[in-house]
Amino acid sequence: MVPLQWYMYLSAALFSIGVFGFLTRRNIIMMFISIELMLNGVNISLVAMSHYLQDPRGQILTFFVITVAAAEAAIGLAIIISVFRNKETVHVDELTESKG
Amino acid sequence: MSLLEIFFFYHAIVIVTLAAFIITRSNPVHSIVLMLILFFHIAGLYLFLDAEFIAAIQVLVYAGAILVLFLFVVLLLNLKAEMASRLYIIRWPLGIIVISMLLIVMFAGVKSFVPGPKGDFTIQLIAQETHTAAIGRVLYTKFLFPFEVASLLLLVAIVGAIVLAKKHIKT
Repeated sequence: MVPLQWYMYLSAALFSIGVFGFLTRRNIIMMFISIELMLNGVNISLVAMSHYLQDPRGQILTFFVITVAAAEAAIGLAIIISVFRNKETVHVDELTESKG
Repeated sequence: MSLLEIFFFYHAIVIVTLAAFIITRSNPVHSIVLMLILFFHIAGLYLFLDAEFIAAIQVLVYAGAILVLFLFVVLLLNLKAEMASRLYIIRWPLGIIVISMLLIVMFAGVKSFVPGPKGDFTIQLIAQETHTAAIGRVLYTKFLFPFEVASLLLLVAIVGAIVLAKKHIKT
């Protein structure tokens, strides 16, 4: 039997890789991909908990996380398209209009 | 080492390695294709945890819908010039410090984690009335309100995506 902790270590590792990608990449599409990695890391933890604690709520929450990820991807990619149309760049460090 | 542990380690190693490859590729298309393989491995892990419905949703929604959306957007934008410039922000070593501190905190949290009492969602129950039916019953009774809110969220996302991405026609 694989202990629950191993799943949580895996989840933490995947989440951290996602955080690193989100903080350091310049390309906004790669930042979105990193967000998807983070959400998947959390999902692994939730499903593992749900299985080991024999409670369906973790899997229900995973279902909602996937729904929110779909909505977030649709809105985010639409924003990327409109930003690229106006600014001709996808690099976040060049988008400084709202800087004070 | 038992067969179950070998199965878990295979998935864990592939997932972490692919994730590290994904965030370091210069071409977003390569990242997205690697992400497809990653999602299939995560779905395999869900099957291993007796969550067939979630595994199917993972493949259908993530691999089938979200990744195709990403791929369309990457192909829509012309990223030739962007790919040639540098990939990371100037202060990227700060990211390593942040994630190492994050990992220390999370690993300490996992180490001191004490599981709560077990519920009644047992393997026998899942085998008796199938996983999708068992999840569906909980979703449509206890979690009906969040389910409706999620449908509203998807509606807002559809309308919002169209409004944001459409060209403004000057009249």
